[in-house]
Formats: sequence, C-alpha cells, structure tokens
Amino acid sequence: MALLAHIPDPEIPVISLTDLGIIREIRDGPPPILVITPTYTGCPASIAINASIRMALDGAGLADVQIKTELSPPWTTDWISESGRQALLAYGIAPPEPRAARLARQDEAPATCPQCGSHATAEISRFGSTPCKALWRCLDCAEPFDRFKCI
Amino acid sequence: MTVALATSLGDDALILGQRLAEWCGHAPTLEVDLALANIGLDLLGQAQFFLGAAGAAEGQGRDADTLAYRRREDEFRNCLLVEQPNGDFARTIARQFLFSTWQALLFPDLAQSAAPAIAAIAQKAAKEVAYHARFAAEWVVRLGDGTSESHRRMADGLAWCWRFTDELFMDDTAKFRPEWDSHINATLTQAGLATPKPVRGITGGRHGRHTEHLGHILSALQYLQRVYPDATW
Ligand SMILES: [Zn+2]
Repeated sequence: MALLAHIPDPEIPVISLTDLGIIREIRDGPPPILVITPTYTGCPASIAINASIRMALDGAGLADVQIKTELSPPWTTDWISESGRQALLAYGIAPPEPRAARLARQDEAPATCPQCGSHATAEISRFGSTPCKALWRCLDCAEPFDRFKCI
Repeated sequence: MTVALATSLGDDALILGQRLAEWCGHAPTLEVDLALANIGLDLLGQAQFFLGAAGAAEGQGRDADTLAYRRREDEFRNCLLVEQPNGDFARTIARQFLFSTWQALLFPDLAQSAAPAIAAIAQKAAKEVAYHARFAAEWVVRLGDGTSESHRRMADGLAWCWRFTDELFMDDTAKFRPEWDSHINATLTQAGLATPKPVRGITGGRHGRHTEHLGHILSALQYLQRVYPDATW
C-alpha cells in the first residue's frame, strides 16, 4: 500500500492512486492479488494506471503480484480521501460534493472556486476535459475551472 | 442467457460509441464536442466490459476485441436505433435521449436481477448513463424551446428516430415502456414538443437483421484488424 501511495494518477498527477480510492484490497496468495476498480468504465487512464502499478510492483521485486479489476461495488467519489480532496483544490480542481449531500438535492450545489474561494459559481458544461470532471466558472473572479463530478 | 444479454448490451454500446466518435471535431461547440466524445468513451468502456463478459460466458476463448473486430454484420445484436446515422445535431440528440433514457431505466434493474457478471457492469454504468440521459434531455428542451428552426429540427429528429423505439421494449424489457413513456413525455412537454405520432416499429437488430448502415460502420471500425489481423500498437 505504501508503494502505491507514491503512484500518481496519470491525468491528475497531484493525487495518488490510494488517495483516489481505486485500490480495493490486497489478497494474500499465492499468487497475491491486488484488486483495483476503475473510476469510469471508459476512462482511458485505466490502461496507464495498470501499467504504472505493474512497473511499481515489478520495480519493488513484486513481479508475482497479479492485478485484478473488479467493478462491484462501483467506485464513488466518496472514496477520495481527505488529503486527496485538499490536493485537488490546491491544484485548481474543485473536489466533488459528498454523495449523500448531492443525492439530497435536485441540482448540484455551487462549487467553491479554487482560485478565489467564492461560492458564486455556475456550470458551463456537464462534461469536461476528462470523464471525471465537469467544466465550471467563477462568477466573481471569472476564471473557469474543473470540478470533479460526484458519482 | 448471459451470452445473449451481454452481447446485445455490448453491441448497443459499441455501435453508439462509434457513432458519437464521428462527431469528434465536428460538433457545434467545443463543449458539445467534449460531451459527445465523453459519452462515446463511456459507451466504449461499457462495450469492453459487456463483450468481455459475453466472451467469458461463451467459453470459446473470444475476448472483447475478438467480438468487436471479428464478427460479421449479421452476428451483431445491437438495436437498430444506435446504428442510425448521426444526421444533424438534433437527430443525434434525439437518438441519445431515447436510448440513454432507456439505459437509465434498464441498468438499475439489471444491477439487481441479472447474472453477477452483468449486474456488476450495469451497477457501475448506471451512474454514467444517468448523466447521459440528463445531458440529452437538457438539449431536447434547449432545442425544442429555442428558435423556430431548432424546434423544427428537434421535432424532425424525434420523428425520424421514433420508428426504432419499439425494438427497445421487446420481451424482457417490455415492462420498462410505461416508465420510459412518462420520462420522455415529461421532457417533451417541457420542450414544447409533441410526442411523435405512433408509427409501425422497425425491428430485427436483436436477431442480426440490420439496416444498411451497420455494414458501413463496421467497415470503418473493423478495417485495421481485418487488414492487419492481430496488429497491436
Ligand atoms: Zn473565483
């Protein structure tokens, strides 16, 4: 696990795979199995993620560990750690709302602008630069920014 | 059972994902371009998992790629709606609206009732298709409630796609029709659009009888693997 905490997400390199919450568990072998789950079914980063895990394992002399992808229960943004959320915000990406709060409302709560901290924000597009993000803008400082979608 | 269901769900996603990819670089605005590409990507991911499950259940050593690249037209089990040409933007939105609304009803049900391999994919994808359905419904309202031209195009797009909707509700999926109708009608009312007049439904895709468009899609989709079998990057 400590090894994986140093592997960055290929598309948002400030957050590690453990902070992103996609590492499910390590099952004792033989062979030992590392179980991971994808964020989005069609996320093109999945291949890069698998490759970087493989390289890290091999580099640490753990070539016997197998990587297995399991879908259920499906990944949710609630699994992003608190330190991961802070890292996203500092990087300029508004972290996702907690899922329970999101489901309790009809529409998404205004995001906090990562540039100036304003709550006066609006969605520009439901789909952003990667599957996991939507495009928002700040009504105070006028900067556009990415927001992690709550799923 | 698992093979047939996973194949039809996977083929739906594969073919519609390919259609949406045709918009890449051609959509009316950058935001829409990104949205259609993202939805296409989600569908491609669904296709990979569903066809992977179909191949595993079949047990003849065929993986998702083999099923996507090495089957003939009459071996595909997608519904006819998803293989229809993009047309203008309104027709693409109409197709997405009708299809994603259907997937958004079907997947939560499959997550509870289907074989474990399919249920896990449906549960995962349900979150994504709810997003697709909302995106499409918002555009139906925007176009229907927009200018007289956007209204006319949206109505035309819906009317054109309507004949392929009966096929979504054959056999096991018939039970979703009332709820689907009510979702569709609620959005159309909001958009100031009338529900298209009933037409005789065209079916056959689930049995491998396709419109002339599927062969053209496959000739683009399968070209590389047909000419250079087993080519890799
Ligand atoms: Zn701001």
